[in-house]
Amino acid sequence: MALAFSSAIASTSSPLFKKGDMALSSPSFPSSSNLQKCTGRSSKSASTVVAVMSPPQPQQRPPSTTGSVKHAMTMTEKILARASERVRLEPGENIWVNIDVLMTHDVCGPGTIGIFKKEFGENAKVWDREKIVIIPDHYIFTSDERANRNVDILRDFCKEQNIKYFYDITDLSDFKANPDYKGVCHIALAQEGHCRPGEVLLGTDSHTCNAGAFGQFATGIGNTDAGFVMGAGKLLLKVPPTLRFILDGEMPNFLLAKDLILQIIGEITVSGATYKSMEFIGSTVESLSMEERMTLCNMVVEAGGKNGVIPADQTTFKYLEGKTPLSYEPLYSDEQASFVSEYKFNVSKLEPVVAKPHSPDNRALARECKDVKIDRVYIGSCTGGKTEDFLAAAKIFLASGERVKVPTFIVPATQKVWMDLYALPVPGSGGKTCSQIFEEAGCDGPASPNCGACLGGPRDTYARMNEPQVCVSTTNRNFPGRMGHKDGQIYLASPYTAAASALTGFVTDPREFLH
Amino acid sequence: MAMAMAAAATATAATAKIATRAQKSTFLSSQKHPLSPLSPNPTTFPKSLKLPTSSFPLSLKHSSSSIRLIPLAATSPTPTTNTFHGLCYVVRDNIDTDQIIPAEHLTLVPSKPDEYSKLGSFALVGLPSAYYPIPFIEPGQSQTRYSILIGGYNFGCGSSREHAPVALGASGVRAVVAESYARIFFRNCVATGEVYPLELESRLCDECTTGDVVTIELEECRLINHTTGKEHRLKPIGDAGPVIEAGGIFAYARKTGMIASK
Repeated sequence: MALAFSSAIASTSSPLFKKGDMALSSPSFPSSSNLQKCTGRSSKSASTVVAVMSPPQPQQRPPSTTGSVKHAMTMTEKILARASERVRLEPGENIWVNIDVLMTHDVCGPGTIGIFKKEFGENAKVWDREKIVIIPDHYIFTSDERANRNVDILRDFCKEQNIKYFYDITDLSDFKANPDYKGVCHIALAQEGHCRPGEVLLGTDSHTCNAGAFGQFATGIGNTDAGFVMGAGKLLLKVPPTLRFILDGEMPNFLLAKDLILQIIGEITVSGATYKSMEFIGSTVESLSMEERMTLCNMVVEAGGKNGVIPADQTTFKYLEGKTPLSYEPLYSDEQASFVSEYKFNVSKLEPVVAKPHSPDNRALARECKDVKIDRVYIGSCTGGKTEDFLAAAKIFLASGERVKVPTFIVPATQKVWMDLYALPVPGSGGKTCSQIFEEAGCDGPASPNCGACLGGPRDTYARMNEPQVCVSTTNRNFPGRMGHKDGQIYLASPYTAAASALTGFVTDPREFLH
Repeated sequence: MAMAMAAAATATAATAKIATRAQKSTFLSSQKHPLSPLSPNPTTFPKSLKLPTSSFPLSLKHSSSSIRLIPLAATSPTPTTNTFHGLCYVVRDNIDTDQIIPAEHLTLVPSKPDEYSKLGSFALVGLPSAYYPIPFIEPGQSQTRYSILIGGYNFGCGSSREHAPVALGASGVRAVVAESYARIFFRNCVATGEVYPLELESRLCDECTTGDVVTIELEECRLINHTTGKEHRLKPIGDAGPVIEAGGIFAYARKTGMIASK
């Protein structure tokens, strides 16, 4: 029985924050003291992070003599304020925001480029050739001519504009023959150091919110908006109010971040966070690795959320070491900041969950679905195809020692993940790699890294669901037809649950194999 | 792509043959989510909306999309038409972008005119036929007979793909009237000008049936269902108003001096 309790503390009907709030508040940040590792930025003492504005002042000094009026803001508000060169702003305001990174891929890139050229001119130049990251990843390993042509369109544009970051692929028969090719855009952005705390990242993909794990504002936009950013370097954005999710308690050994976000989406529904920012804090969040934090933020859009944020800390800084030459300055929610609602979860009481067909908020306990017979399992995508996701799946297969009962498709998100599957030893396996364990368990793959069948794709996409089957998947959406066939039934789950289900041929709680 | 507001359907005074409703679509209540979503209340301001729209003769719709997308500044002033009139097609809640335009069609690039039209022919082809026995586009056709789409809450959820409002617009939809929208879809409607995204507070999707003849009057914020004889109050457009009024994000940016004029 899930004993998690969630309490929504709704704000009163008065404005979300107190106007004329003169108290300068110190920023709140994770309880463990964190050294800011970013270069050349202010840090008044070794263990406090200074707000982006002037340092805290004693309260008896009247505000008029300080020359600055402060009001408490959430992390998202602060990031947008800085990016729009505003001292303060309020949720609901529409502001022009300077963009740090724009990402696009093969599905939306050509359309974006078309708009850019039409609006800014055939010979127009992008606003900054180093701030655009172009990542083919959606329909790559297919014989579909238009899909292949779309990658060519990206290449032509990148050559013409001398785009610095273009993760190209030319030899479709062997992804390894393409040194620049990365794979799934959101994971590539993270792995290649394009995600930095405090920045604003926009992408032509709904799961751009994935990058919020780094304490930045990251959200998905359409072709027209992206075409605009390509030329102007800024975009009109509406400041979202923030929902706060406080996750505390020790993470049980059978639970993963995917369970947490499915729990949350089930709680607030697919439109519960519409136009809002989702901020994740608490001891559990602090204990999560960067990949797990990404999984959490990745599915913010499935709750309707505009963006997700997790405060940057040591874990973040360590991950970023050596990945980016650029400096960055994290921002944190003020203690006095106002949140629309707060939800508290006692994570130690949670159980593995799934999202049943056909909605990401159709939450159910995995163990209550044990009579659901399945036809296949899919482990991949930006949500569930990262290295740690596969290590988790491998752990289950290892614990069982048996072979899977249904076709189980392994689709690593990026080249780096693919290499990890062949190189990293799985703990407790006596030196075996994920790939070996998957092979011994009778899994299919690992396939070439790309988005794969998460969204169906062209008919010849690997692992596409072309018949009305039941699939347990580590992906992010299960609306009708998502993985191909309109009548397919998709159960969204964590890698643990997916692997456990593969072993039994039914939706299965991973505790069957983890003791 | 210029931001001409495709909201202008000329009031096709041509009396549309009132379609005899052969079948009432039956909607399974299991589709509706048991929990009512938190009402996010996107800020709406009670402005009376003045829409500078151009009217395009219907025949132009079928020609190259570049004619359709003339920047507002370039058209000569025409009498403003703030109405939509036509048959409506009713869908339920949480219609996601995969149902609006299945991912396999995303290889089509919206900024290419012929592919734009093709996208239109696939609009709403992802709707499960068990719940939607009346096809949105007749087999063999590339355009829909329904120019007004009526939906429940969280319309357009899922992907950020702009192909979604583009497919609807290219298929012949002029306006969507939904209880609420997912944000990226709403944004894309406003940015592209492909369909006019209207909101209202009632369960219009429960009170209208596919094939009803409907008129939308933007200035009066009202929807009239001629078939049922009922009138419904629409919400004012709110924050998106200035952007739509200007003609989309590019026109708005030029108007406010954010980017140089073309």
